Amino acid sequence: MSILESKIPEGPLEEKWSRHKSNIKVVSPANKRKLDIIVVGTGLGGASAAASLGELGYNVKAFCYQDSPRRAHSIAAQGGINAAKNYQNDNDSVFRLFYDTIKGGDYRAREANVYRLAEVSPNIIDQCVAQGVPFGREYGGTLANRSFGGVLVSRTFYARGQTGQQLLIGAYQAMNRQISKGNVTMYSRHEMLDIVKIDGKARGIIARDLVTGEIKRFGAHAVVVATGGYGNVFFLSTNAMGSNGSAAWQCYKKGAFMSNPCFVQIHPTCIPVHGTQQSKLTLMSESLRNDGRVWVPKKKEDVEKLRKGEIKANDIPDEDRDFYLERRYPSYGNLVPRDVASRAAKERCDAGFGVNAEGKAVFLDFKYSIERLGKDVIEARYGNLFQMYEKITDADPYKEPMMIYPAIHYTMGGTWVDYNLMTTVPGLYSIGEANFSDHGANRLGASALMQGLADGYFILPYTIGDYLADEIMTPRIDTSSSEFEEAEKAVTGRIEKLFNIKGSKTVDHFHKKLGNIMWDYVGMSRNAEDLQKAVKQIRELREEFWADVRIPGELNNLNPELEKAGRVADFFDIGELIALDALNRNESCGGHFREESATEEGEAKRDDENFTYVSCWEYKKEGQDPELHKEELVFENVKLTQRSYK
Amino acid sequence: MADKILKKLNIKVWRQNSASEKGRFETYPIENISTGASFLEMMDILNEELINEGKDPVAFDHDCREGICGTCSLYINGRPHGPDTEVTTCQLHMRKFKDGQTITIEPWRAAAFPVIKDLVVERSAFDKILQAGGFVSVNTGGVPDGNAIPVSYDDAEESMDAAACIGCGACVAACKNSSAMLFVSAKVSHLAKLPQGKVEAKRRARSMIAKMDELGFGGCTNTGACEVECPKSISISNIARLNREYLVARFSE
Ligand SMILES: Cc1cc2nc3c(=O)[nH]c(=O)nc-3n(C[C@H](O)[C@H](O)[C@H](O)COP(=O)(O)OP(=O)(O)OC[C@H]3O[C@@H](n4cnc5c(N)ncnc54)[C@H](O)[C@@H]3O)c2cc1C
Ligand code: SF4
Ligand code: FES
Repeated sequence: MSILESKIPEGPLEEKWSRHKSNIKVVSPANKRKLDIIVVGTGLGGASAAASLGELGYNVKAFCYQDSPRRAHSIAAQGGINAAKNYQNDNDSVFRLFYDTIKGGDYRAREANVYRLAEVSPNIIDQCVAQGVPFGREYGGTLANRSFGGVLVSRTFYARGQTGQQLLIGAYQAMNRQISKGNVTMYSRHEMLDIVKIDGKARGIIARDLVTGEIKRFGAHAVVVATGGYGNVFFLSTNAMGSNGSAAWQCYKKGAFMSNPCFVQIHPTCIPVHGTQQSKLTLMSESLRNDGRVWVPKKKEDVEKLRKGEIKANDIPDEDRDFYLERRYPSYGNLVPRDVASRAAKERCDAGFGVNAEGKAVFLDFKYSIERLGKDVIEARYGNLFQMYEKITDADPYKEPMMIYPAIHYTMGGTWVDYNLMTTVPGLYSIGEANFSDHGANRLGASALMQGLADGYFILPYTIGDYLADEIMTPRIDTSSSEFEEAEKAVTGRIEKLFNIKGSKTVDHFHKKLGNIMWDYVGMSRNAEDLQKAVKQIRELREEFWADVRIPGELNNLNPELEKAGRVADFFDIGELIALDALNRNESCGGHFREESATEEGEAKRDDENFTYVSCWEYKKEGQDPELHKEELVFENVKLTQRSYK
Repeated sequence: MADKILKKLNIKVWRQNSASEKGRFETYPIENISTGASFLEMMDILNEELINEGKDPVAFDHDCREGICGTCSLYINGRPHGPDTEVTTCQLHMRKFKDGQTITIEPWRAAAFPVIKDLVVERSAFDKILQAGGFVSVNTGGVPDGNAIPVSYDDAEESMDAAACIGCGACVAACKNSSAMLFVSAKVSHLAKLPQGKVEAKRRARSMIAKMDELGFGGCTNTGACEVECPKSISISNIARLNREYLVARFSE
């Protein structure tokens, strides 16, 4: 049996999950009390898992690096969450959501996982409503929906432009209830720095108390990693400043395979970069594309005048505007999937039609919908997003179009997991954005929240029992064992090594440089030559970092620079693996565009014959190339076609 | 709209190495800041310079940098989240400042929020208040269909207005009594406005208030300072509702 045993259950697609549930083992309530589970990360995935596992009676220890679990990056999700409720009677169904997700992901995800995701999606909405999530409502009192990119039905539930916030608060409150009952212990301002394995199984973690600097050991019968995505490899992204890939990387170095790292999502509607002092990019929700029209001028002379400030967008008449998404993709128009919309924006800007001084922006215009629906309606739908835009740019989007440009947003790749969400390390699970499982090469809007909550509320609480049922005789994990001792020593050693470099350049200096390499050579459009260049440059920069980084402050105190340094050190390695994976995948699919593999019109061309697999990278050792394993993808229920949104 | 350059600013900032040590102000000059930069980008630039000069950078809390996570928490020129309305510190931009200005930056000051380092404070008291009852007592699974109980549009909107609280603590920092009533009342309204949360509304309100008192937050004397500084425009009418509808029970029992 290969190590990549995906454990997809037998039987027809619609019955796999229910069959599986009836076949897996269950732990008795009395035994659950004797079992400890560590959940690292308390975003939507982690908080919902910690709450549900606590309710079941397990002893849960949960960790986050922020001062409160309510601040996880999930809080920033704006637009909404999908579910196959068919409340709109528009012929939505579990199968349609499954199909849209598989197609949107460009046929690079596992059928069985995606179907299960669609299947449990309606339960998520019910659960959140019961928790008091104030979803948008119709006047009749029923739940309201909106549309997102890449689909033809209206299945996205939302709480204004703050859906992630409200869902996270729901999960956080459910977790708080378990904290008050003593079933969950929360460790805020604690950062996981390594995973501890005993006899091949995950048995705990090493974490740093970010306030005191103390290195601590925590033992458990199973460890769940829910630490989010690694988009910050690119320095500028829509992710929170502290979002990182380090926990996933520690798992990788201890034997958990990393899958499809090159599948990174670039979101088409972000506020463009200004100057060189910027620290992060702000997303303008995809939901805006429901009511906004994307355009650039048709005439170069208008572009010139715009850049010089001689005219404004509103001075350009309709007939001189190129609504390029509507032109190229008449059936989906402004609602094409993210990867398609991003590349189309880049194409126009590369052709010289970018509308800001840097030539790297397109318009997103609400004039037409304000004329059609009135300002009040638009304000009710997107008020907080418009306010956010105005505060940042000092421009009023009710009066003039927004300027937007694509930016790094989400990572589809991540830790490889089987159908039970277990990694290649027994007892180590990965959920939410941290795993690779459901979105293939491109994630549809409003599906990350769905996946995080599906994993945490409805999948992991069942599947983890199957593993833990065999652990009921294992006593509480003794953290004084030699395995913990060694792991702690390694962590302390690495921190001291970093701290003692005492070089001449700041962590951010290196992070920015890495970000530039990634964006230029491993960004929206990739080719073999650039990717090789990237690998080489990353390696050189990494060497410089380890010789010349300067970390101020103290080891035994709150030290944000030290925290950043550890994360950036891992970003070099992750960036390198992204480039290697991109180099290996000589096809275009979803967010991964290889210039060598394009149609005559410049659309992405998949190569199903050679690449219908999940790449799974196995860590070897320092300085040695990782080994590539392949999980072949088998499609029994959908036919592979070239995606078309025309 | 076009960005200008602020040639020189004086950053007067609170430095305190740890909770047990005494703090003091230090002033650092900083040059050439674009008015298009955010306040925290200015802080990044200041820190970059401090590190390059071999000094300890200023510790401050932040994460999302888009006004939603509630992590950032600076008291700038005498105002929580600084001189703009309806924004958090991370959304504040340098166009709100003038060339040559001295900008004074302090941490939230409240007994229930002790300083950890420089501008970073400990706010776990807010988590503890919510753990005391800020939830609906349902387990995962076994709940009715989302559309089974209709919720009026207005109730959902009002609930959402209150649920928009980001738990930043500016209300406490703005209040001369360091009261957490705006924060608590926002949670009470968020849940009580929905049928799902109404069932245990009274019990919830009472246990959260009791916890708030226990943790060293002061009482509310209706000065309204919290509402003015709240980045999410949480209305003080939530406090009135809390007093009227839920706390009367305390005295009638
Ligand atoms: C601006 C923005 C808008 C978005 N909008 C949408 C949307 O409308 N719809 C949608 O479906 N998706 C959206 N997404 C994507 C979605 O928000 C995320 O993919 C999802 O929330 C990730 O959830 P998570 O639980 O996996 O991780 P996160 O929410 O990122 O949580 C990670 C957790 O791990 C912790 N952590 C990380 N590293 C460590 C460590 N080493 N030690 C301890 N703890 C650690 C953190 O403290 C945190 O608690 C959006 C994303 C962004 C950036
Ligand atoms: S009520 Fe306002 S000021 Fe107080 S914590 Fe909530 S958002 Fe911050
Ligand atoms: S950093 Fe998140 S609200 Fe300011």
